[in-house]
Amino acid sequence: MEWFDNGWGLSLATFLPALGAIVLLFVPPDNDRLIKMIGTVFAGLALLVGLVLLTQFDFSRAGDIQLEANAEWISQINSRYHIGVDGMSLPLLVLSVLVSFLCTIYMWFHIPAPGKPKAFMALVLLLETGMNGSFIALDLLLFFIFFEIVLVPMYFLIGIWGGPRREYAAVKFFLYTLFGSIFMLLGFLAIYFKSEPHTFDMIALRDAAPFGSELFQNVAFLGLFLGFAIKVPMWPFHTWLPDAHTEAPTVGSVLLAAIMLKMGTYGFIRIALPILPDAAINYAPIIGVLAVIAIIYGALCCFAQTDLKRLIAFSSVGHMGFVMLGIATLTDEGINGAIFGMVAHGLITGMLFFLAGSMHERYHTREIADLGGMLQQIPRFGTLFTYAAIASLGLPGLAGFWGEMLALLGSYQPHPGLSEPLFRVLMVGGGVGTVLTAGYLLWTVQRVAQGRVPEKFADGRGIHDVVRLEWMAWAPLLVLILAAGVYPKLLLGVTDDAVQTLVGLLGGGG
Amino acid sequence: MMELAQQVGATAAAVDWHAIAPELVLAATACIVLVADLFLPDDAKWLAMPLSAAGIIGTLAAIVSLIGAGNRLTLAGAFEVDGFALLFKGVFCVLGLLILAISFHYFRVGRYYQGEYYFLMLCSLLGGVVMSSARDLVTIFIAIELISIPGFIMAGLRKGDAKSNEAALKFFLFGVLSSAVMLYGMSLAYGATGELLLEGIRAKLTAADEPLIVLSVFFIVVGFAFKISAVPFHFWAPDTYEGSPSPVAAFLSTISKIGGFVGLIVLMFRAFPDVADTWRPIFALLAILTMTVGNMIALRQTHIIRLLAYSGIAQSGYVLVALALIEPGATASNEQAFQSAVIYLAIYGIMDAGAFAAAVAFARRGGSYFIEDYSGLWQRSPVLATLLAGFLISLAGTPPMAGFWAKVFVFLAAIEAQSYLLAIVMGLNAVVAAWYYLAVVKKMFFEKAELAEPVEVPAVLRVAMGLAAAALVAVFVYPRLVTELAERSLF
Repeated sequence: MEWFDNGWGLSLATFLPALGAIVLLFVPPDNDRLIKMIGTVFAGLALLVGLVLLTQFDFSRAGDIQLEANAEWISQINSRYHIGVDGMSLPLLVLSVLVSFLCTIYMWFHIPAPGKPKAFMALVLLLETGMNGSFIALDLLLFFIFFEIVLVPMYFLIGIWGGPRREYAAVKFFLYTLFGSIFMLLGFLAIYFKSEPHTFDMIALRDAAPFGSELFQNVAFLGLFLGFAIKVPMWPFHTWLPDAHTEAPTVGSVLLAAIMLKMGTYGFIRIALPILPDAAINYAPIIGVLAVIAIIYGALCCFAQTDLKRLIAFSSVGHMGFVMLGIATLTDEGINGAIFGMVAHGLITGMLFFLAGSMHERYHTREIADLGGMLQQIPRFGTLFTYAAIASLGLPGLAGFWGEMLALLGSYQPHPGLSEPLFRVLMVGGGVGTVLTAGYLLWTVQRVAQGRVPEKFADGRGIHDVVRLEWMAWAPLLVLILAAGVYPKLLLGVTDDAVQTLVGLLGGGG
Repeated sequence: MMELAQQVGATAAAVDWHAIAPELVLAATACIVLVADLFLPDDAKWLAMPLSAAGIIGTLAAIVSLIGAGNRLTLAGAFEVDGFALLFKGVFCVLGLLILAISFHYFRVGRYYQGEYYFLMLCSLLGGVVMSSARDLVTIFIAIELISIPGFIMAGLRKGDAKSNEAALKFFLFGVLSSAVMLYGMSLAYGATGELLLEGIRAKLTAADEPLIVLSVFFIVVGFAFKISAVPFHFWAPDTYEGSPSPVAAFLSTISKIGGFVGLIVLMFRAFPDVADTWRPIFALLAILTMTVGNMIALRQTHIIRLLAYSGIAQSGYVLVALALIEPGATASNEQAFQSAVIYLAIYGIMDAGAFAAAVAFARRGGSYFIEDYSGLWQRSPVLATLLAGFLISLAGTPPMAGFWAKVFVFLAAIEAQSYLLAIVMGLNAVVAAWYYLAVVKKMFFEKAELAEPVEVPAVLRVAMGLAAAALVAVFVYPRLVTELAERSLF
């Protein structure tokens, strides 16, 4: 297995889906079964590789980069094919291969108009390569490529298979992200030229940090901040998200919410914080304030939504706010909580978007006012929706709880370089946010799952309970939501070493 | 300089025939095509195209034979074969083949003066190939005229069409004017230094009259600014592109424009690098104007060729950014800027020619040039739509196409030279540009088709577009394919 541990495993997990997309090019476009089969097999292989990687990963030293490869790539500018994972990135990589695989299964159940499964599947696989790659790249330029590569497939997924306002949503998503990533690239290049010797290697840069004047760090951080904050998205850069999420086809929404948003938060903890530690301390209060605004703003917006999918989209703004609050504390608790929150949000919101998509298949509407009585009419489906919504509001015992709890805990006593009173206020703000979150989610459950079956759906035509394919696509998420909630050490045990290393770099006691 | 003089002395007597072999092959091909056309019956005139293609492939073979043969200087130092020259000769020939593929059905079906067209096109291509090696003022001027003059005639080949006449006339007037301005600038440089060879000018420049040099550089740059359609000297380009036969527009937008840039780069890096302080601000201003104005006007275009024309103007702006980064003595960052310009031009040529090829393929039968009519193309002809989308995405500079690296390297050079303002303006422009490239993609993929029947694409075009797209993807995955060449092309 030595070849597997020396980067081939990670490369396989990343590029198998892209290979699948290439194979699909040679399949006749009308052979539905074969197309879905190939897609599922390649995504499945990537998942399998991901699971083998889990067995090869040495959890006793999860703070170190493992399963690494470092090969020559663009020697002129000393950019290398450097990949590897540690306790921070491994959970996200596994989440990515898992959710992508579940999406390919879900596609057997449903591909929205105008059909064309071949193109749809190929784009999803290409997307997966970009997402997986972002979590293993240890070279800034390599990371940037993977970060950018997701743009085009997602643009097409939204634009071709999306809802009525898909064109607007697709273009907005693309341009907004491109705008941010260009400034991020300029930040990367500035870091490259500031480092001696010039390098794009994240690990070398981390070890060399802090370098450059404080002004340099602040300016470079601003560039990175724009790129990552738009991807997360943080308030006030979030306006692309409700449109993109609402209009995207189910699988697109799931991948966007579950994984692509994490590329932004991951960028903060993998790149911005360790390489520009002084600037990170300067920016942390701003990030914290924006995060709490996002939490409360997201929750308030949710109260006003009439479209279920849009409501879930706005709830993402709030949840990612908790993740960013955790990061802003620059503490062990906060950042562990942030990673926990990323994974939990991926599982829960992914699940919610699956449910919203399936609901649309059954009722042909997403208007909350038109829905109701699911627990009576399709009890299993209604139960799943209630379960996911309750997990989302952060009920202890389910995955959503720990991320929020740790983020708030971290803000009680933030990094010594940060203002304690400010973060105490932020903690209170976040606390209010959790109450509001519970409020709108329970209200949504009440309106959608409980109550009477509306008149027009009373005949129950086309409205069926959860089918087998849906169970197959959803079971892993449902189980993991519970498992991570009951036994948080499952995740915290992996992330903690790496987070401690990071916090150590920031000069905090943790 | 002694060495150079000796070298020149040594080679002046005997012409290095091997060094000029590519030009000889190409010139011979042009003559053969012209003569063959006289003897070919009307329905066999199209044979001029395979004949031209064979000639260009022969030229490529001659170019390949020169690889690794070291730097060669001949014709009294006016003609040099080095990494730079070989790279651009190769780029021109590859683009020449692409243009031939674009032209074939267009001219065969339209029966527009096929023999003459291929002859003119080969002559113009020869201009580009000579330009890559030109190292003195006279040769550079001859090369630029060799590129331009056949272009004037090619632009007017659709004699019956008033727009084509207008295109040719505009192009001619602006072209002649710019040549005159450029020539005047060159004469000033000659007057100030008494040298024609670029190396000689560079050596004597420090002693020369400064205002004279500033004026000279200014006029030369303005002259070239017309050729590369930089704002505010761009007015002719959209009208000329629109009115010309589309393959000619493709030619003007790629080979002709890159030819202008090659001349500009050679002059600036070989003759005037030490006085970069005088011309850097001119380039910075040109770059900012060209990018911004080109993109802003492109936003409003409804005609695909005009869109490509304005987008091509903006693309010139990105290359000008690289030239605006040069500082006397800053070797490392100058080399980076030089390489980024070279990389950009090489990638730009392929992606732009690809986009033109797709537009010509679409318009070929009953189709039109209006972006309106591209709606739903994906449902009608998925391959054509995907290829065009690929070229446009490459022009926009996003993965998974090579255009991404073109922009990244210019950014890299800009940050190294600490020209943050240029980098930011270019970044914002890249976002604006993405909007109009995506607008076409949107039309093709997100909207419903009004017609159902597929667009028939001739095999030649299909192969050409497929190869171009494959090359762009390959360079994206493994950028060393071009960075290596760019590194070897350093002067």
